[in-house]
Amino acid sequence: MGAAQAHQSTDATTGPDSVVVRGVGKRFATKTGDVSALEGIDLTVAAGEFVSLIGPSGCGKSTLLRLIADLDSPTSGTVEVFGKPAARARRDQDYGIAFQQAGLLPWRTVAANIALPLELHGAGAAERKARVAELAELVGLTDFADRHPDQLSGGMQQRVAIARAMAERPRLLLMDEPFGALDEMTRERMQAELARLAAETGAAVVFVTHSIPEAVFLSDRIVVMSPRPGRITDVIETGFGKDAARDESLREAPSFFDRVTAVREALHGTPVPTTGREQR
Amino acid sequence: MSGAAWTPATERRLRVIAPVLVGLAGLALWQFLVSVVGVSDYLLPSPAAIAQQFAEFGPAIWQAALITGPNALIGLVVGTVLAILLAALAARWHAVDGMSAPIVAALAVVPIVALAPVLNSMFGSDSQFGRQAIAALASFVPVFINTLRGLRQTRPVHRDLMRSYAATGTQSFRTVTLPTALPYLLTGVRIASSLAVISALVAEYFGGPRGGLGSAISTSAATSAYARAWAYVVAAIVVGLIFYLATALIERLVLRRIPVGGTQ
Amino acid sequence: MTATLETAPAPAGPVRAKPPRTGRARTLSAWAWGAVGILLIVAIWEVYKFFGPADGVVIGGARILPRTTDLAMPHVWDMIGRLLEPVTRAEGSPPLWASIALAALTTLGIAAVGWLVGVVVGVGLALVMQRWRLVEWGLLPWIILSQTVPLIAFAPIVKSWGSRIEIGGVQWQDWMSVALIASYLAFFPIAVGALRGLQSPDRIHTELMHTYAAGYWPTLLRLRFPASVPFLLPALRLGAANAVIGAVVAEVSTGLQGGIGRLLIQFAGQASGDPAKAWGPIFGAIALGLVAAGSVAMLGLLLKDYRRGEAT
Repeated sequence: MGAAQAHQSTDATTGPDSVVVRGVGKRFATKTGDVSALEGIDLTVAAGEFVSLIGPSGCGKSTLLRLIADLDSPTSGTVEVFGKPAARARRDQDYGIAFQQAGLLPWRTVAANIALPLELHGAGAAERKARVAELAELVGLTDFADRHPDQLSGGMQQRVAIARAMAERPRLLLMDEPFGALDEMTRERMQAELARLAAETGAAVVFVTHSIPEAVFLSDRIVVMSPRPGRITDVIETGFGKDAARDESLREAPSFFDRVTAVREALHGTPVPTTGREQR
Repeated sequence: MSGAAWTPATERRLRVIAPVLVGLAGLALWQFLVSVVGVSDYLLPSPAAIAQQFAEFGPAIWQAALITGPNALIGLVVGTVLAILLAALAARWHAVDGMSAPIVAALAVVPIVALAPVLNSMFGSDSQFGRQAIAALASFVPVFINTLRGLRQTRPVHRDLMRSYAATGTQSFRTVTLPTALPYLLTGVRIASSLAVISALVAEYFGGPRGGLGSAISTSAATSAYARAWAYVVAAIVVGLIFYLATALIERLVLRRIPVGGTQ
Repeated sequence: MTATLETAPAPAGPVRAKPPRTGRARTLSAWAWGAVGILLIVAIWEVYKFFGPADGVVIGGARILPRTTDLAMPHVWDMIGRLLEPVTRAEGSPPLWASIALAALTTLGIAAVGWLVGVVVGVGLALVMQRWRLVEWGLLPWIILSQTVPLIAFAPIVKSWGSRIEIGGVQWQDWMSVALIASYLAFFPIAVGALRGLQSPDRIHTELMHTYAAGYWPTLLRLRFPASVPFLLPALRLGAANAVIGAVVAEVSTGLQGGIGRLLIQFAGQASGDPAKAWGPIFGAIALGLVAAGSVAMLGLLLKDYRRGEAT
C-alpha cells in the first residue's frame, strides 16, 4: 500500500495477503430447493488492510465472512488465509472474530470472558492476567473487569467482544456487523475506537456492515455486493491514506461525503460519473 | 387489571401476606366446621386433635420419617445421576436419543407405582429397594427431560465462537454446554424432589416391610385413628417441603451466579 | 500458485447422524427407534437373567440386583404367553388379557371422570387467579403445597363422607371416591399450565385489546384462551396421566373392585405360585397411561393452528 506505515512497524502490515478468496460459491439446500448464497467471489485482502463488505440483506456478506472463518465450507472455489487453507488457519488460530450479538458467556465476568481464548489455548495464569489487564485498558473497561455481561450496556459488551477477539494478537480480525445493535452515537464512538485499534496493531480487518458511512469511515476498500445470487458488483477505494486521522473531522470532510455517495450509487446500481473510482 | 398502582414494597408485602391469610382462613374454617357445625371428629379431626396426636406420637412419627425420607433421597440421587448420564448420551448420539425419547415419554404417563408389588416380590419383602426404585424412576423423568433440553440450549453464537477457537469437544462442553444446561438441570431436580417423596410414600402402600410414613398412614386409617393418620400426613408434608425447599435453594444459589436461567 | 484445500471441507457442526426431514419419515423413524429401545430393554432383562448370579447381587446386606430364578424374574416370553392363558384354573375362566383389559377400561373410565373434574376445577382456579393477582398470590402457594399431601390419606375419609352423601337421589358410589381422588392429582398441572397460558400474551397484545376498548370477557375469549393453548395442551396431557395414577392408587387404598389397582395387588400376592401373572396388570397399567395421554394428544391435533411455538 503506501510508504507511510502505522506507528508500530509490525509484520502484520507486510507479508502475505491475509485473505485470498478464489472463485468461491456457496449453495444451501432448503426445503424448497437449492439457494445460491454466493457465486463467483474473488477477493484479496492485503496484509494490514481494512476491507468492508456491504450490501442489502441476503447478498451473502455474512456467509462470505463465515467461509473465511471456516465456520462453513464453500461448495466451490478456495479460501486461503495467510497462504493456508481456511480450516488450517482456524486450527492455527490466525484470526480473531467478533459477532453481531456480542456472544459473551453470561456466567463469566468481563475479565473471564476476555481470557476465554487464552484459557482454551493453554496460556498460564500469570500470562492471562497480564494480557487481560492490557486488553481491558485497550478498550477502556478496566473498572468493569469484575462485572457480569448483564450489568453492561450493549456498547460495553461489544467492547469486551472486541477485546476478546484481539486477545491472541491476531493478524486478521473478522467482524460481522459488531455495531449493528447499537445506537448511532455509541456506534460512531466505537468506530473511532476500532479504527485506532486496527491501526495500532496493524491487523487486517474484514468487516461486514450495512451502514454506508460506517464502511467509508473505517475502510481502505469497500466491497459492494448484491443478492440473488450473492456476488461482488463493485470495489470502491476510499483513498484516505494510511495516516489519515480517522476521527470526527473525517466525518465532515467533503471527500468523505463524496465516497459515501459513490458507495450509495454503487449499491443502487446507478452509473457513476468518474471521480477516480476503480472499476472491477 | 386490579392493583396496578401498588408500589414494589407493597407488592412484596402482599405476596407474603396473601397466602398466610388464606391459610389462616382455611384453618379457621376447619376449626369452625368441627367445633361449631359439629362435623364428627371421626370424619374430620380438628386441628387441635391432630396437633395433640402429633405431640403424643412424636417418636414414632420420627422413626417412620427416617424410613421414607432416606428412601426418597436415595431414589432422588440415583434417578438424577442416571438421568444426567442418559441425557448426556442422548444429546451426543441421535441413536440414543431416538431410543430413549419414546420410552421416557411413556414413563412420564404410566403409573410407576404399579411396579411396586412386583418389585417387592422380586427383591424380597424385607427390602426397601422397591420403594427406592420407584422413587428413582419418578425422579428420573423430569431430570432427564429438563437436562436434555438444557443441553440443547447452547446458543448458535456460542457454538460458532467455540468453533472459531478450534476448541476440542471437551473444552466446548466444559466452557459452554455445561454452564448453559446447569439451570435446566437444577429445575428438573427441584421438580423431581417432591415427586420422589410422594412416590416413596405411595410405594409403601403396595406392600413391603413395615414402617415408613405411608404404611403408618394406612394402618392408622385402617384402625380408624384418623387424627393420628393426619398427624403422619402432616409429617409427610413437612418431609416433602424440606426436599422442595432444599432443591429450590440450591437452584436459587446457582442461578444467582449464572444470570441465564432455565424455565419450567 | 494453485493451492487447494488440503483436506475435504470439514463439516461445520458436530458430527451426528442426520434425522430424516419429512414429517412422515420422522414419525416412522421415531416409532422404529422406540421399538428398538423396547427390544433393548427386553434384551438386557434376558441377558441379566442368563448371566446373573442366582441369588442376585447383594452389597452390604442390601440386594441391588434381583434374583435370577424363574420365580423372581420370569422370562419375557413367559409373561406374554401367560396373557393368553385363562385367569384361574376354574372352568370357563376368561383369558388373562381379557380380564386385564376389562379392568383397565374400568379404571380408564373412572380416571376420565376424575380428569374432567380436574379440568373444570383447574381451569376455574386459573381463571380466577389470572383475573386477580391477589388471589393468585394467596392461592398458588397452597395449590403447590397441596401436591405434597399424599392422596392415600384421603381415601378412607372421602369414602366415609361419600357414604353419607346423596345428590338428588343418587347414592354416592365407591368409584366416585376414586374419581375424586384422581381429580385431586389431575387438577394441579392443569391449573398451573392454564394459569401460565392465560398470563402468556405479550404486553403489546393486551395493550392492543385495550385500544379496542375490549373488556375482560372479550379479551379472555379472543386473546387469552387462544394464547393459552400451547401451555394448556401439555398440561391436560400431564393431568390425564396424573388422573390415571391417582385412580390406580385410590383403587388400592379404597379397595375398589373391578379396577386395575385391585388386580395389581391381587396378582402380586399370587406371585409365589404364578410369577408371570403379576406382570399382566403392569402391562395393562402401562397401556392405560399411554391411551389416556394419547387421547388428550389427539385433542391437540384439532387445535393445530393455536399451537405454533408449543413447549412440550
